[in-house]
Amino acid sequence: MRIAILITLLRPEEKLLIAAFQAQGIEPDVILDRDLNFDVVGGAHQLAPSGVPWNAYDVVLERCVSTSRGLYAQAILNSWGIITINNYATASVCADKLLTSLALAQHNVPQPATRVAFTPESTMQAIDQVGYPAVLKPVTGSWGRLLARVTDANSAESIIEHRETLGDYQFHVYYLQEYVNKPGRDIRAFVVGERTICAIYRSSEHWITNTARGGKASNCPVTPELSDLCLRAAKAVGGGVLAIDVFETPEGGLLVNEINHTMEFRNSSAPTGVDIAAEVVRYTVSQARVSQTSESQA
Amino acid sequence: MITCPECEADLTLPKGVMENELITCPECGTELEVISLNPVELALAPDVEEDWGE
Repeated sequence: MRIAILITLLRPEEKLLIAAFQAQGIEPDVILDRDLNFDVVGGAHQLAPSGVPWNAYDVVLERCVSTSRGLYAQAILNSWGIITINNYATASVCADKLLTSLALAQHNVPQPATRVAFTPESTMQAIDQVGYPAVLKPVTGSWGRLLARVTDANSAESIIEHRETLGDYQFHVYYLQEYVNKPGRDIRAFVVGERTICAIYRSSEHWITNTARGGKASNCPVTPELSDLCLRAAKAVGGGVLAIDVFETPEGGLLVNEINHTMEFRNSSAPTGVDIAAEVVRYTVSQARVSQTSESQA
Repeated sequence: MITCPECEADLTLPKGVMENELITCPECGTELEVISLNPVELALAPDVEEDWGE
């Protein structure tokens, strides 16, 4: 079995994944996204930076911290029939908060009230409809970057003015959500294939609870309710290896906030006792075997 | 012995370090990338870009 792992940098997660592959007797080829140079009409026989033809790989595990590079690589490789984990269809939905919201809505997965508007005036109306406080987010982006909690019309106007001044048109797409009054934490659940393998609470005194922003991880029991919600959310975006961010509402309900397709998990195996890297590797290998079986039957 | 490309402090690589792994210079705190292990070569880690994330 030949497997490539596509990376921007070797972070703790990728190191754990490589070790998990090695534990299965597989030495993956590590490919840096900075070395990619595709002939887009050249097909799958062309050589990867590893010197191996792309179509020699049974599966490519995409672990780029660069969302753009990862997405385009997945698009190209999938167009050539090469299996990637995750696939482009899933990743492209997860990489865009609006597309994620639409997918969740189509599958009746509960989420915070969400609106989208494109001008300052219509955005102010949308915030009024959602109610204060509201959260303004870029439609793309991660690690809690540029999230803004607006508490009144004055702060909303200020944030919108800043966003209008920023050069990238993406900032003029106003994706906004109701502010969910979380109990000082949110939940990150890890879905691998058909299972919710574990979950953590991310606790912080700050309303942004990302561990990249200082949120502390502790074990969150995977209840049947949480597992069912996360599996439905994963299915809504196409499935694979996913991290589902979930809010607990003051009324005791659960809402899916975001879904991450290239999840970080360095802080999550220890509190949960689950070897997340090993789970991801088992799933990746199983998908390669599915592919091999399909080819041999064709 | 290898030196930090930023502050020229002497560094010892952590045990089990791999190519393209990120390390932090204990002297100046700069994030470094292990470009090569044989011979050992370090470079400043790439700057975080706008599209980086999960």
